[in-house]
Formats: sequence, structure tokens, C-alpha cells
Amino acid sequence: MKVKYFAWVRERVGKAEETIEPPASVRTVEELIAWLSGQSEAYAYAFEKPKVIRTAIDHAHVKSDAAIAGAREIAFFPPMTGG
Amino acid sequence: MTSSVSVCPVTIRIQEDDFDIAREIAVLTKSRTDIGAVVSFSGICRADDDSAKVAALTLEHYPGMAEEEIRRHTDEAVSRWPLNGVTVIHRVGRFMPGQNIVLVLTASQHRQAAFHAAEFLMDYLKTSAPFWKKEESDAGTNWVEAHARDDKAAARWTRS
Repeated sequence: MKVKYFAWVRERVGKAEETIEPPASVRTVEELIAWLSGQSEAYAYAFEKPKVIRTAIDHAHVKSDAAIAGAREIAFFPPMTGG
Repeated sequence: MTSSVSVCPVTIRIQEDDFDIAREIAVLTKSRTDIGAVVSFSGICRADDDSAKVAALTLEHYPGMAEEEIRRHTDEAVSRWPLNGVTVIHRVGRFMPGQNIVLVLTASQHRQAAFHAAEFLMDYLKTSAPFWKKEESDAGTNWVEAHARDDKAAARWTRS
């Protein structure tokens, strides 16, 4: 699946997007964040406060317990500050 | 052919270029005689954010989702209030104090629906449209933190 990062999450991860293949045991947004955090220090830093991170699946906001099965694009970003 | 059913064109644009408020209102009201009220809200880059002196703001967005998220909220506004037209323009890029960032126009027969819908749209643009501000100030370069007051402003529109 394709993953995108925005704002300071992007800066901390060090890339804007990538394609990842998490193991089948990773079923929810929360589990995906935990799995990514274990990949490197950069991810651990980006996701150090997982409750702050907002997530969208296929362009729609989702909660941390949302299932990731079938997702084409998952995005992680800080709380929004537009307008 | 005439119709008594009012139409509500919705325009959503995300762009680097500035907008001309008078021109956008003229586009919204052109050839319409059913519109009695247009509310215009513009968000402008401010020089002071709490204590820091802001030199510039950079707006980043999530292309694709930003348009879709704004569309979800304009759809909701159209279903909640009798609107005759909506325009939302959000700029991205780097801005200096005094420059335009966002424009919301709502048109209706009467002022109340237009006022309410404009406020509703702005409250949701702030808290749920995927845009982020980075601030250059005398305190350094920092991502702007979300305010609890904006979440509260959006929460009052939630229908139980």
C-alpha cells in the first residue's frame, strides 16, 4: 500500500511517500503506526506521540482503530492548521 | 425555461495565485435574481501569532484529499441551509503578512443562512481540511500548533 506523510510527520520520517508491505498481523491504523515506529529511529521520532497523529485512508479521516485492509493510500499527518 | 427550484453551484479551488473577492462575488451572482445575500470571509496572513512576530507563513496541503474534504463540508452546508451558491478558495505556498490565504463565499436568499453556512465552512476548514501552516518568525521556523478553540468552534455544529 501507498503511504503519504505531511508537515512535520513528513520532515521527521524524511520522505513524502513510499510503498510499504506490512505483515498480515498488522490490521489497524494503530498497529500500523506501532509497526512503522519499529522500522527506524526516524519513524519512532515521527510517531513518538501516536495519539497526536491524524490518519486518512483513501482521502477520508479515520480513527486509530480503523482497519487498513483494502486501503490504497494511507496518510499520516499532524492536526490540521489551515484556514 | 424558468424553474422555481434554486440551484446552488459550488466552486472549490486550491491555488497558489491570489483571488479577487469582488470578481468571485460577481461570478457567483452573475445572471441570478434569486440571491439576496452574499457573505464573504477572507483569512489573511497576520504579522503576530501570540507573542511571536511572523515574517512569513507557508501553507502545505494534501492534494486530492483537501478538495474532497472541502467538498464533503460544502455538501453538508448545502443540505443544512438554503444556499444559492458557495465558493471556497484556499491558497497554498508562502505568504507574507497582509496577503490573502482563504476565501469563503456563501449566497442565499436571506442573510441568516449565508452567515451560518460561512461560519460552519470556516470552522471545518480550520479543523478538518488537510492544510498545515509553517511559520517563520523571530522565534525561528515552526509548524503552527492546532488550537483547542478551533476544535470547540467546529464541535458546536455537530448534530446529535
